Amino acid sequence: MIATDIAVIGGGPAGLGAAIEASKLGAKVIIVDENKDIGGQLFKQTHKFFGSYKHYAGVRGFEIGERLLKDVEKEDIKLQLNSTAFELFGNELGVIENSNIEWIKAKKVIFSCGASEKVIHFPGWTLPGIMGAGGAQTLINVHRVLPGKKCLMIGSGNVGLVVSYQLLQAGADVVALVEALPKIGGYGVHASKLRRFGVPILTSHTIKEAYGYDKVESATIVSIDRNWKPIPGTEKTYDVDVICLAVGLKPNIELPLMAGCETTYVSLFGGRVPLHDENMETTAEGFYVAGDTAGVEEADTAIDEGRLSGIAATEALGYVSVDEANNLKTEIRERLEGLRSGTFGEHRMVAKQQLIQKANYLRGKRS
Amino acid sequence: MRIIKHPILGPLKKTKEVNITVDGKTIKAFEGEPIASALIAAGILAFRKTIKKGSPRGYFCGIGRCTDCMMIVDGVRNVRTCITPVKEGMKIETQIGLKESKTNDSN
Repeated sequence: MIATDIAVIGGGPAGLGAAIEASKLGAKVIIVDENKDIGGQLFKQTHKFFGSYKHYAGVRGFEIGERLLKDVEKEDIKLQLNSTAFELFGNELGVIENSNIEWIKAKKVIFSCGASEKVIHFPGWTLPGIMGAGGAQTLINVHRVLPGKKCLMIGSGNVGLVVSYQLLQAGADVVALVEALPKIGGYGVHASKLRRFGVPILTSHTIKEAYGYDKVESATIVSIDRNWKPIPGTEKTYDVDVICLAVGLKPNIELPLMAGCETTYVSLFGGRVPLHDENMETTAEGFYVAGDTAGVEEADTAIDEGRLSGIAATEALGYVSVDEANNLKTEIRERLEGLRSGTFGEHRMVAKQQLIQKANYLRGKRS
Repeated sequence: MRIIKHPILGPLKKTKEVNITVDGKTIKAFEGEPIASALIAAGILAFRKTIKKGSPRGYFCGIGRCTDCMMIVDGVRNVRTCITPVKEGMKIETQIGLKESKTNDSN
């Protein structure tokens, strides 16, 4: 049994932000992560981030990851790597490492478990060579392996746009990007980069079928009408050896559910998310959420939500005065407001406020 | 195919080259990289076959979530190859089905 003040589950941007702040303020922290290294998905992000200077604008994702790792090294944070958190009994957390089970008793638990890629189903979708866009990104940017030369991208959100560009940078050809909606989902700046390379971005299109014997060899796409019905006669077939699905992410909420956190469905955040208050604490006392687990957004919001949860959990343990914690938290909340502004951000701000209101209402009713 | 040159990430930093076998055939791999990367670099995309129809499955999520890339590694079934690092001399086999099955016992 390992005893600790705060257990952070998931060492991606949110978890690292949480662990760094909590440790800086004097809490004993352990990070549990399934992978052999911490950093989550940051190390596969080769594109530059937007926003202001404070939000790492102009800095590439993997460089942000390196900065966070340096901050982790400065602190006395215990890392429990190659370990999957699989069970919760009260505040005792079971983790499994190479078939050995270890128990961690934590006074506070922060769930920063990230998100999983969604899929769409079509005939042939299980063929090897058809993969999540995030999976392709990991292969090319982290492991430096190109899964194929002729790619079809499904989905024009930022993941679809960014990964298409990164496939081009890695030496592949993107034959087309299809989007079921009548307009591109992600940022114009990412879409423009693809257009400059001559990649056709086909809106109101979807994939009809993928063909191949032991791996994908070709795919047929089709135009769809306003009711999402395929329009006969508009089919186009491409020779492809990779199809990437970039059709959204959903929060990983299995552990928050085990902890008894109340959840609600927010399509903007990718699915069912745990309710949380302005301190990122869920309706289950002592359990916090941060990053994609608290609603799929960007890596920069994840880092700050993590920091917020780390400070709040440490404050609840009495390591820091209310005034000092409030100063630190106000600064972070202002940064988050900045990130959740503008055309793309303000809807997320409103949705976050609704989560907070619901959480406070439910907790108020109970006390 | 390996990405040797990259405009942002620079040249490929190679680690120690080792040999692994895939269904008896020897391929080169880099020590510590995920088994799945080594296989895809060698042009192997089908990792597993379903028990009923024998349809091929391969790499999908790359982060150990989806379990589509499971293979038999050194005799152990259901190993997620996308997050299991390569070691010298590893014996990798195509897996049929998920549970212990007679189909693979001959291996």
